Amino acid sequence: MGQTPILEINDLHATVDGKEILKGLTLTINPGEVHAIMGPNGSGKSTLSYVLTGREGYEVTGGDVLYEGENILELQPEERAAKGVFLAFQYPVEIPGVTNTTFLKEAMNAVLKQRGDEPMDAMEFMKFLRGKTKELGIADDMIKRSVNVGFSGGEKKRNEVLQMAVLEPKLAILDETDSGLDIDALKTVSNGVNALRSPERSMLVITHYQRLLDYIVPDFVHVLANGSIKRSGGKELAIELEKFGYAEFIEAA
Amino acid sequence: MTATITTPEILTEQFGTVRAQLPGADVPWLAAMREAGLGRFSELGWPNTKTEAWKYTSLQNVQTVPFGLGRSAEPAAKIDVVPCLFESETAGHRLVLVNGHYNENLSLLDNVPDGVVVLSLAEALRTDPQLVEPYLGHVGLLDGQPLLALNTAFMNDGFVIKVSKGAVLDGPLEVIFIGGFEDDTVVHNTRNLIIMEEGSQATVVENHVGFPTMGCVDNEVCEICVGPGAILKHYKLQSKGINSTHLNTAHVDVERDATYEAFLLSIGALLSRNEKTVRLKGEGSHCAINGAFLLRGKQHCDNTTTIEHLVPHTSSREVFKGALDDESRGVFQGRIVVRKEAQQTDGHQMCKTLLLSNKAEIDTKPELEIYADDVKCSHGATAGQLDETALFYMRSRGIPEVAARELLIEAFLGEALDEINDENVRDLLRSKVGHWLARDN
Repeated sequence: MGQTPILEINDLHATVDGKEILKGLTLTINPGEVHAIMGPNGSGKSTLSYVLTGREGYEVTGGDVLYEGENILELQPEERAAKGVFLAFQYPVEIPGVTNTTFLKEAMNAVLKQRGDEPMDAMEFMKFLRGKTKELGIADDMIKRSVNVGFSGGEKKRNEVLQMAVLEPKLAILDETDSGLDIDALKTVSNGVNALRSPERSMLVITHYQRLLDYIVPDFVHVLANGSIKRSGGKELAIELEKFGYAEFIEAA
Repeated sequence: MTATITTPEILTEQFGTVRAQLPGADVPWLAAMREAGLGRFSELGWPNTKTEAWKYTSLQNVQTVPFGLGRSAEPAAKIDVVPCLFESETAGHRLVLVNGHYNENLSLLDNVPDGVVVLSLAEALRTDPQLVEPYLGHVGLLDGQPLLALNTAFMNDGFVIKVSKGAVLDGPLEVIFIGGFEDDTVVHNTRNLIIMEEGSQATVVENHVGFPTMGCVDNEVCEICVGPGAILKHYKLQSKGINSTHLNTAHVDVERDATYEAFLLSIGALLSRNEKTVRLKGEGSHCAINGAFLLRGKQHCDNTTTIEHLVPHTSSREVFKGALDDESRGVFQGRIVVRKEAQQTDGHQMCKTLLLSNKAEIDTKPELEIYADDVKCSHGATAGQLDETALFYMRSRGIPEVAARELLIEAFLGEALDEINDENVRDLLRSKVGHWLARDN
């Protein structure tokens, strides 16, 4: 056997408000791989991302999720984050009164603390953050503003990428990162994501549209419909889906 | 066992026994003023929830507490360290009242500059009653104010600050009220006076603290005159012991082109009420009445304000924020009155409350009473819970739930604290909010 997969989902069932959304989902992601999950609306894409990150109200009723070989379903969202799980939100949340810098510093130090490392002082962190913003070409004023407040759609998604760059996760889940972006913003955000691709970082890219995958090119593509993976393949599967749509999977369900 | 309610008759009796010992007992105008206060209280009786201004706050537990002189100025326990907001090195000036009495040893008033007088009310009434005569009882009018009337009869001590024409108080004056050192409870009828003459400037920070476990009852009144072009920043931190009752009535007159800025941070006391009436009497005058109330357990805090725009071109701003946990209850009654003559009034009022528990309660009553036809007035009130989505967002970034909640509450309250123009005070009060969140206040 080779290396331990970063993520192993086995026959996962999950309900929201008593309604079963995930109905036996199985998926394995190895270190460094980029997987795309495509599917029609209501197929369970966002539910999967919330189950993996531990959001309240998403109840697992069967199956398991192993992260680096360890069951993480009992862990709090912050504990999963500390272990290196990251979710880039479809709709990043506005937090009035908390500056991006404070937010990022709190997050970074909380993660360091949970990992048993020394937290950074303000000076150290600013230096570290400046390095990250420079890499991603993010303007200084964006880190001084309240988290996502008054940000354009593109800025919000770039802010997600910045957070990912700061927290350096091992598994990044990108939930409909393309939603609400024009082509220029999509390119910028994709460039940011691509800059963070590395053999130590796996990604799960969730999207409705194939277009995102022109810019973030996946190693594998899966079709999620009606709560389970209906088909898996290489990146050419995305193109096929773009051509023929999801109809056959919805009917099959 | 039912305690006896202190009726006007009983109060008259209690007044009779202490009147000779009250400061300025031999000053005729003052004696008449005290009599008038007692008489007015007898007509009005205790405030009750049938009165609009007292709809949400009951004084049932206060009505049984005797009114008297209280104990001496010396605390029962020795105070080694004054619980001050400003450290000695940075402190401008400090006046300390213990159990309602001025304490000279703990005060720091040696460096008060020329043109500024700071002293205790008792001293002023004994040695220089003419200093306060034009103001005392002339800003705070007795109409519909039973607590003010009672305070007028029994007023004992407090602080007086007078800033002469054009004078500037160089550093903040911190007035520290230390209560709860007595083993029996009496009502402290503290009376304060701030007189800002034309073009003067000062910052006054009231810091009300108390021994954590003991109770005491304050019936305070503050009268404030902000003369033409003067600027008064008046901040208040109330973090009294959890068994105490703190009732504060403030009346403020703001003259032409003058500015009055207030912030009321309420953290302590079982029952507290800030009743503030501001009259914008001169054109170009402005007031800002802001505050925050942070409550837990069974605490009850009432902020009742009236801002009266009496002449054209005046403006007011009011931002209150509350965070209510457990079974606590907050009350905000904000009334803005725009008189017929007061055209071009600009008035803005807002109260937002965060309910951190299912059993917490907020009663918010914004009122606009507008008789002029060319004005800009707005008000708003909201009550809600912590944003669960924001909480999850923060936790998904590794921030533990407790810390995430604290950050969100702090940010919510920050909107009110940001209104404080004095940077030092803003930071000091912000750190008090931090302590409250960390439960070490």
